[in-house]
Amino acid sequence: MSKDSKVLLDPLFDNNPIAIQVLGICSALAVTTKLETAVVMAIAVTLVTAFSNLAISVLRNYIPPSIRIIVQLTVIASLVIVTDQILKAFVFEISKQLSVFVGLIITNCIVMGRAEAFAMQNGPRASFIDGIGNGLGYGIVLLVVGFFRELFGTGKLFGMVVFPLASEGGWYVPNGLMVLSPAAFFLIGGFIWLLRTWKPELAEKE
Amino acid sequence: MEAYLSLAVKSIFIENMALAFFLGMCSFLAVSKKVETSIGLGAAVIFVLAICTPLTNLVYVYLLKEGALAWLSPGLAKTDLSFLAFLTFIGIIAAAVQVVEMAIEKYAPSLYSALGVFLPLIAVNCAILGAALFMVERDYNFAESTIYGIGSGIGWALAIVALAAIREKMRYSDVPRGLRGLGITFMITGLMAIGFMAFAGIQL
Repeated sequence: MSKDSKVLLDPLFDNNPIAIQVLGICSALAVTTKLETAVVMAIAVTLVTAFSNLAISVLRNYIPPSIRIIVQLTVIASLVIVTDQILKAFVFEISKQLSVFVGLIITNCIVMGRAEAFAMQNGPRASFIDGIGNGLGYGIVLLVVGFFRELFGTGKLFGMVVFPLASEGGWYVPNGLMVLSPAAFFLIGGFIWLLRTWKPELAEKE
Repeated sequence: MEAYLSLAVKSIFIENMALAFFLGMCSFLAVSKKVETSIGLGAAVIFVLAICTPLTNLVYVYLLKEGALAWLSPGLAKTDLSFLAFLTFIGIIAAAVQVVEMAIEKYAPSLYSALGVFLPLIAVNCAILGAALFMVERDYNFAESTIYGIGSGIGWALAIVALAAIREKMRYSDVPRGLRGLGITFMITGLMAIGFMAFAGIQL
C-alpha cells in the first residue's frame, strides 16, 4: 500500500477516531437521530479537519510551541465560522437542527487531536489526506448510527418512508428508544464491540 | 426565585450536560476510571463553567449581539458581530482556564497538583463551549446564565463521579472480550442516561 492511501484508509477502521482513538464522541451521539443531519455533520467535520490540518501543517514551522494550542484553536474556530455561515446560507433547516453542534466542531477532539498529533509533524499533503481520512472514519460511525436510529426510530431513511408506520395504516411500530439519547450509546458500544471482535488486535490491553 | 431554582434543577438533572446532550464526552469516558480523579475533574469543570458562562454572557450581550454596541456610539446600533461568537467564546474560555489554572496554582497548590493535567484540558471540553452556546440560543440573562453554568457543571460532575464508581465496581465482572474497556463504558453510560430520563417532567 502506498503511503498516501495508508494515511487515508487507516483511520477508517484500524485507527477509527471514534472507536479506537476515542475522539469526537460528543457530536457523534447528538446529531445522529436522523441520517440527513448525520451526513451534513460528517461532511462538515471532514472538511474542517482536512483544511485545519492543511493550514496548521503549512504553518507548523512558524508556530512557537508555547502558544500552539491558541494558534490551532484560532485556525479551527475560523474554519468553523466559515462552515457555519455556509450551512446557514444553503441548508438553513438542517443548520437549525444541528443547533449548537456546528459550533462544537471547534472543541471536537478529532480536529484538535489530528492537528496536534499529525499536522504538527507532517507535510501539508499528507496532513490534508490524514484530515480527510479521519473525517471519513468519523463519518462512517455517524452514518451507521444514524441509519439504525432513523430506520428503527421513525421507519424512515432520509425522511423517505421505508417501513410504513402502524399509526398511518402500515405495519411497523416504531421503537421510541432509538430516537432518545441512550440508544446512541448502545449503538456505538455495539459498533466498537463488532469492530474489536472483527479485529481482535484493536482491543485494549488489560 | 422559583424560576432560578427550577432552572438549576433542570440543568443538573433533566438536561444533564453529559447524559442528555453528550457534551464533554471525551474526558467523560477517558477520565472516569477512578472516583478520585473524576471528583477532581468534576470540581474543576464546575469551577470553570461557573466563571465562563456568565463571562461569555456579558461579552455576548454587550459586544457581539445585534445592536449590542449601541452603548459605544449610536452609529454602531446596527452592527451585528454575532458571527464572531465562536472565536470569541473559545478565546474567553481558553483565557479563563489559563487564569483559573494560575490562581489555583498560587492559592491552592494541593488542589493544583491533584487536578494536574486535567485543568488545561478543560479548555477543549465541549461542555464549556456548549454551555456558552446554549446560553446564547436560549437567550439567558446574566443571573440565569450564572445559575445555568453552575448547575450544568454540577450535573456533569455528578454524572462522571457516578460513572467512575460503576466502573470501579465493574472490575470484578466478566465482560465479553471485545466489549471490555470502551464498549462497556458506552453501554453503562446509555443505561445511566435512561436512568436520568426518569427526571424528565419534574416541575418545581
